[in-house]
Amino acid sequence: MAIGESQLDGDGGPSEDVEAQFGWRYTFGKVMQDTTARWGLYVVAFVLFVSAYTMVDSNLSRLTFGAVSDFAMAEALPIFDHPERIPPPGEIEGNVPPAFHVDGTLSHPLGTDPDGRDYFTRIVYGAQVSVSVGIVSTLIGFVGGTIVGAVSGFYGGRVDDVLMRLVETVYAIPPLILIIVFTVFISGGTPDITYAIIGVGITFIPVFARIIRSEVLSVREMDYIEAAKASGVKNRNIIRRHVIPNSFAPVLVYATLQIGVTILIVAGLSFLGFGAQPPTPDWGQMLNVSHGYMHSNVWLSIWPGMAILVTIMGFNLFGDGLQDALDPRTND
Amino acid sequence: MAEPLLRVENLKTQFFTDAGTVRAVDGISFEVHEGEIVGLVGESGAGKSVASMSLLRLIESPGEIVGGEITYKGETIFGLEEGPDGDLQRRDDMLSNEEMRTRIRGNEIAVIFQDPMESLNPVFTVGGQLREFIELNRDLAKREAKREAIRMLREVGIPDPEQRYEEYPHQFSGGMRQRVLIAMALACEPSLIIADEPTTALDVTVEGQIIELVDDLQEKYGTSFIWVTHDMGVVAEICDRVNVMYLGEIVEQAPVDDLFHATKHPYTNALLNSMPRPDRTVEELDPIEGVMPEAISPPSGCRFHPRCPDAREVCQRVHPEAKVVDQADGHSHRAACVKHDVFDAGYDESVPLEAEPQVTAGTPGGGEDR
Repeated sequence: MAIGESQLDGDGGPSEDVEAQFGWRYTFGKVMQDTTARWGLYVVAFVLFVSAYTMVDSNLSRLTFGAVSDFAMAEALPIFDHPERIPPPGEIEGNVPPAFHVDGTLSHPLGTDPDGRDYFTRIVYGAQVSVSVGIVSTLIGFVGGTIVGAVSGFYGGRVDDVLMRLVETVYAIPPLILIIVFTVFISGGTPDITYAIIGVGITFIPVFARIIRSEVLSVREMDYIEAAKASGVKNRNIIRRHVIPNSFAPVLVYATLQIGVTILIVAGLSFLGFGAQPPTPDWGQMLNVSHGYMHSNVWLSIWPGMAILVTIMGFNLFGDGLQDALDPRTND
Repeated sequence: MAEPLLRVENLKTQFFTDAGTVRAVDGISFEVHEGEIVGLVGESGAGKSVASMSLLRLIESPGEIVGGEITYKGETIFGLEEGPDGDLQRRDDMLSNEEMRTRIRGNEIAVIFQDPMESLNPVFTVGGQLREFIELNRDLAKREAKREAIRMLREVGIPDPEQRYEEYPHQFSGGMRQRVLIAMALACEPSLIIADEPTTALDVTVEGQIIELVDDLQEKYGTSFIWVTHDMGVVAEICDRVNVMYLGEIVEQAPVDDLFHATKHPYTNALLNSMPRPDRTVEELDPIEGVMPEAISPPSGCRFHPRCPDAREVCQRVHPEAKVVDQADGHSHRAACVKHDVFDAGYDESVPLEAEPQVTAGTPGGGEDR
């Protein structure tokens, strides 16, 4: 029967007989056959694992053979706020180069930042921020867009007109500007990563709405929709049980690609100062700080840049593979 | 005769398109009694499907039911009355949309659709869909609904129902899917099932099995059927009474035996002549000339006259309503053709029309908007 991860039905309804039409095991097999998609999946899995691990384990010292100092931990992790771990001044050294450099030390594999915080720890914890940013804001856009698109496409007529004109209005504004406006508006002037996530999510609702709507337009003509109407099913339930499950495969692919885009955008926001605030270890925010040290310590920019690059590549390669796997034309 | 289960009077459904008003259903009247299978026969585009969807008030924009009355078990599904300002308005005793949805659709009147390949949601298991349907409409707990679903699957002759319950629609053959749809239609024990060409998409052997199954189930449950089809063979096999539709109108209405053996309308005759029959040997089949005109601009007079072998001059002028032309075991035999004496239109004195070359331009069957 249904494989556990494939439960589409979120509100306590029957879920054990819910499985998407493409068959998850089959799709997974297709993705794994594709070499680039497989590597994408490995990267995604690795990043997900790292961020999940950092949520469970707040003490990274065992990963770095006990080399990471308490201070590095404390400063890297404001969320865990351990003021007692902060060592007295003088014991810390800023701008230590990576371990392979002549001046490097093994206790700081990627060196330290100008404040003397262990860069490796910060990069690792940055995964947590980036991944939750990518997933949560994509989810906001995905869920919101699915609802808007499905309602718009299913009811058609005036509802469709109003919703789609709204969507087009949002489309007409450059996304970054819109995100900044949203973020500033929601936060009321004190920028924070949470607001950035919500702002990005809202901004991408129209994109998802458009994709879902175009699918719904063809799905709503199917006989099983008419059959459902003829047997007295409520419109709301027709949308929930028949329309959305049958239109969401292309959106799923898009969402996977979108995660990468969102991570990049939030990194950009943090770089501009509208996203994560110091001392939260966010890759974009780290880039923001490090660009002032471009000449004295270029590594500060390279590590978070690499992390962003690899993560996004991973999501994109995986998304491309998923798209191929779900496309009936490539199925044999 | 007792009060019929369903009574349709002068039903008119029209589609308002940019090109003009399409009179898809133009004033049809018929009755369905309890435990009866009533056929609705006609070519593609005759308005059969629109008529059957009108019964459930499932006509979507730009279509609209513009006139007539539909009464089901004494309740008004559709009815108009003259309002205070002289305009027609919907009657107060007409069932609300909410009542239609919760009480009539699925529970009282169920539909079996033409294409079993498309009528099941491909994303969910067959059993799950059937169970959910039962759960919603009959207010049963999940476990009971599942037991009931499996019972229904067995009832419609699906072997190994416990196992097939867990399978998806694509794992079923066409005939098996149609059985599932029949199970779904029967699940709430409705009094009336509208079968919209349910065997058209199936091959002949499977069609035979399905018809047999429906016959058995109909006997067992006493459900009435409206059987929409264009296949006279199916009609002969299954129906008690038949309505023949042409271009939105019922041209002949008769018990099935009378329709075949004492045909009163040239169109029905032409239909019967155009198909092979086991009881007659012919050199060549005799198709009906031309195509059905579009319902957007029907011919004047009798709508069938341009294609009718018996057409006379009067047919161009007089538009016949279906009138009783014969009585047979308590059922009247109606036909809409002026050649019968009851019409008194001067058919006998009229000049026969020259067979004109048929104009076959335009899109055939354009009337069947669904």
